[in-house]
Amino acid sequence: MSAHAAETTFPPDSFYDTGEHHPQNGTMLGFWLYLMSDCLIFAVLFAMYGVVGANYAAGPGPKDLFDLGLVAVNTSMLLLSSITYGFAMLEMARGRQNAVLGWLAITGLFGLAFVGLELYEFNHFIHEGAGPQRSAFLSAFFALVGTHGLHVSFGIVWLAVLMVQVRKMGLTEPNRRRLACLSLFWHFLDVVWIGVFTFVYLMGVLR
Amino acid sequence: MQERSELMQTLFGRLTLEAIPYHEPILVWTFVATAILGMSLLAYITRKRAWGTLWNDWFCSIDHKKIGVMYMILGIVMLLRGFADAIMMRAQQAFAFGDSMGYLPPHHYDQIFTAHGVIMIFFVAMPFVTGLMNYVVPLQIGARDVAFPFLNNFSFWMTTAGAVLVMMSLFVGEFAQTGWLAYPPLSGIAYSPSVGVDYYIWALQIAGVGTLLSGVNLLVTIVKMRAPGMTLMKMPVFTWTALCTNVLIVAAFPVLTAVLGLLSLDRYVGTNFFTNDFGGNAMMYVNLIWIWGHPEVYILILPLFGVFSEVVSTFSGKRLFGYTSMVYATVVITILSYLVWLHHFFTMGSGASVNSFFGITTMIISIPTGAKMFNWLFTMYRGRIKFDVPMLWTMGFMFTFVIGGMTGVLLAVPPADFVLHNSLFLIAHFHNVIIGGVVFGVFAGINYWFPKVAGFKLDEFWGKVSFWFWLVGFWVAFAPLYVLGLMGVTRRVSHFEDMSLQIWFQIAAVGAVLIGVGILAFLIQIFVSIRRRDSLRDETGDPWNGRTLEWATSSPPPAYNFAFTPRVHDQDAWFDMKRRGHQRPVSGFVDIHMPRNTAAGIVLAGIATVCGFALIWHIWWLAAASFFGLIAATIIHTFNYDRDHHIRADEVSRVEDQRTSQLAALQKAGA
Amino acid sequence: MSTADTEHAYDQRHVHSHHHPEGEAHGTFKGYMTGFILSVILTAIPFWLVMGDVLPSKQATVFIIMGFAVVQILVHMIYFLHMNTSSEGGWNMLALIFTLVLVVITLAGSLWVMFNMNDNMMPVSAHEMRNAP
Repeated sequence: MSAHAAETTFPPDSFYDTGEHHPQNGTMLGFWLYLMSDCLIFAVLFAMYGVVGANYAAGPGPKDLFDLGLVAVNTSMLLLSSITYGFAMLEMARGRQNAVLGWLAITGLFGLAFVGLELYEFNHFIHEGAGPQRSAFLSAFFALVGTHGLHVSFGIVWLAVLMVQVRKMGLTEPNRRRLACLSLFWHFLDVVWIGVFTFVYLMGVLR
Repeated sequence: MQERSELMQTLFGRLTLEAIPYHEPILVWTFVATAILGMSLLAYITRKRAWGTLWNDWFCSIDHKKIGVMYMILGIVMLLRGFADAIMMRAQQAFAFGDSMGYLPPHHYDQIFTAHGVIMIFFVAMPFVTGLMNYVVPLQIGARDVAFPFLNNFSFWMTTAGAVLVMMSLFVGEFAQTGWLAYPPLSGIAYSPSVGVDYYIWALQIAGVGTLLSGVNLLVTIVKMRAPGMTLMKMPVFTWTALCTNVLIVAAFPVLTAVLGLLSLDRYVGTNFFTNDFGGNAMMYVNLIWIWGHPEVYILILPLFGVFSEVVSTFSGKRLFGYTSMVYATVVITILSYLVWLHHFFTMGSGASVNSFFGITTMIISIPTGAKMFNWLFTMYRGRIKFDVPMLWTMGFMFTFVIGGMTGVLLAVPPADFVLHNSLFLIAHFHNVIIGGVVFGVFAGINYWFPKVAGFKLDEFWGKVSFWFWLVGFWVAFAPLYVLGLMGVTRRVSHFEDMSLQIWFQIAAVGAVLIGVGILAFLIQIFVSIRRRDSLRDETGDPWNGRTLEWATSSPPPAYNFAFTPRVHDQDAWFDMKRRGHQRPVSGFVDIHMPRNTAAGIVLAGIATVCGFALIWHIWWLAAASFFGLIAATIIHTFNYDRDHHIRADEVSRVEDQRTSQLAALQKAGA
Repeated sequence: MSTADTEHAYDQRHVHSHHHPEGEAHGTFKGYMTGFILSVILTAIPFWLVMGDVLPSKQATVFIIMGFAVVQILVHMIYFLHMNTSSEGGWNMLALIFTLVLVVITLAGSLWVMFNMNDNMMPVSAHEMRNAP
């Protein structure tokens, strides 16, 4: 254990890594893990809906309320927003900043359309006396669909902020990571929506 | 009664001067004592001119070591509060028989047992476990910090924010009177219209965000930042248990968030998830909260199983027996912990088929823990055992926890549970495993790693005093509860008619006092150790002849942990390095890339606290303003791209040269 | 959520003609379009089946739309989220599978437990519950 060796090179079987150690960046894995935890929040909301979803409390049920045409339009807004975000990512890979911003803007508009239509639907229900307080079925409906809508809304805010940041700083490494994270978030919300329109809207009308 | 003006109503919500408990002498004196202590502390800090250091080097620190220490301090402070609740309950139950009503009216007693549970689980055990993992894991895997250092700081402050809200409820308003899990309909707006349950909800929601992010953080750290050569099966066992614990955290806490969210919708918006009418189903709350609740207790115990593994192998001077089976046992426990939750409500009425399934899974989950116990025993067999304080705590754990586990297997039998559910037998069981497992493990961990943190050992005499008073005190306090439970006494009762029960409660109260002495001894141990630090000093960085990488650094380690990242070749990496004659590099240092300190974490958590307070008191303008403030502050923070800096090579050289001379002096002195 | 990062934070071995965050799987135009068209089909058919009251058997309709939902989720996972067994050294897939298992346990477990509870503990039948205030 000499205290004055001036070695700067180490034999291959040494116990120390020479030079500067760059650990792998963990942002994508970390964000994916957060999304998995978000999955579980939705699982609880789906479970709640599953358990009390038939408790109409002598009030309106799905057949009385759901407008599948509106839901179909909404679904297409979200699906289109997914593909436009995909195009934004393709442009990011090509390093084309303005194209990225363009596709992000369109994604945001589709997202706003989705949220807008959903708010219209909620407002309509509330005016029909079918607000979240009317029955456990409606509480569960508003909680599940509303939480999804809230996530989309936060996604739109995040999207807007990222657009400003990309414009300001360009397609830097941190910004690319953030765009990739938002991409995961956005597509994940579309996945959850598949569950929502199937189990809440379509099955609700079928019951 | 004065009519409250509309302006006051808008400005202050339902917060009035009546919320301050002038008329409750216990609370008034508690406030006076807290104020005096608090003021003295602030005055002391001011006198030492330490505010700058405190703010810059500690509160804003993103260093996992500093954050780990702050978690431990939070845990110790809240332990004192939680224990005060315990002593008050024991006193009440020792006296309140027949004509004597005791000194605590029921509505106060109910808040005490609720606060006791909430504080001990969320603000003592969780911070202790998180603190240990935070400090030790990056060092054990040869990393410089965790994967997301800023988030780490933010997580700590969010946990503290939750603790602040709970403490506030003591002096402004009241706490929940529902028990620590706040079952509806009692916790719904109809039966708990006041602020108590709202304090509960927002304290846990805020702290829960901190815990979830901490889970993601440590998971990514362990997956991505291990030193070269450290494959999964070469990781220290404590890191393995930390990995599984954080998997549980990420998988379980969202459920708590969602359920408390649904309860708060019921309370704030008038939804009907858990109400008695309009189709609500209160049993679903119990179902969901325990889907979180059972993994939670494994979150608490798994890291301490890891601590015991490290302590047993170190103080037996032997490699841990059955490393592979330890890993498998931990993973199996992690998965199985999701298949047992119904055993917390066998009596709620799901029927024999459901109860049998969960009874069987509950019995199965005890098996991997048994395997671990045998592995520890086999590690000790033919080892050269040193009974330092960490090892004493471990011995205490082995004896105490095994018995507690056995009473758990007893409760796992549904017909037996029908008699014992919510009796004092249950209370004795879970305190048996939590104190025997979690608390004893935390003290083992503190005594074990304190020299690494501070550069000097903890005083051994006071450590032993603390241990013996805790061990004896625990059994004197809880053995009577097993007896009472088997006789049919229910939990959460503040007054009794049957005088023949009193003696058992009196014995239990003596036990609680003994535990109190144990806690006092621990505080004295810290105080004395600081006073005697020069005689307790450890310059080697490796006072116990440890086996894992944290012992390869100086004590305390430099900010960057390792000047050069170690390369790992085997399990027990540091032991391997010592055995094979490694040479510590003394030159050729390079710039080290490190994250910057930031105030963003404490600021965001502060705004979150204000938001929580506003929501509790229905001060809607403030709730909205602070909520949007949170969003704005977060967005502003994301515009800060300047998050890191380099520690220059010459600075690294300076620190490493100091270490080199320290080691050389030790060699000369024949250490 | 950025960490300590530098200009070249991705692995030295990782050579690509275009930039993208380290190890991150990325799409192609063909991939996105395939995913999109499949999703449109997998959405349109269930809506059509329900809105048009196409099949005589409700059970069959339920099974089909549930099946389509599962398939569409897989389509999204593969074509939009670029799920594969090698990203992040397999940890992404492991995390996903673990989460899926827990989601199934939470849903199936809760439904099983709660329907048994309701059967044993609720004095009114499900039919009455539907119509009771």
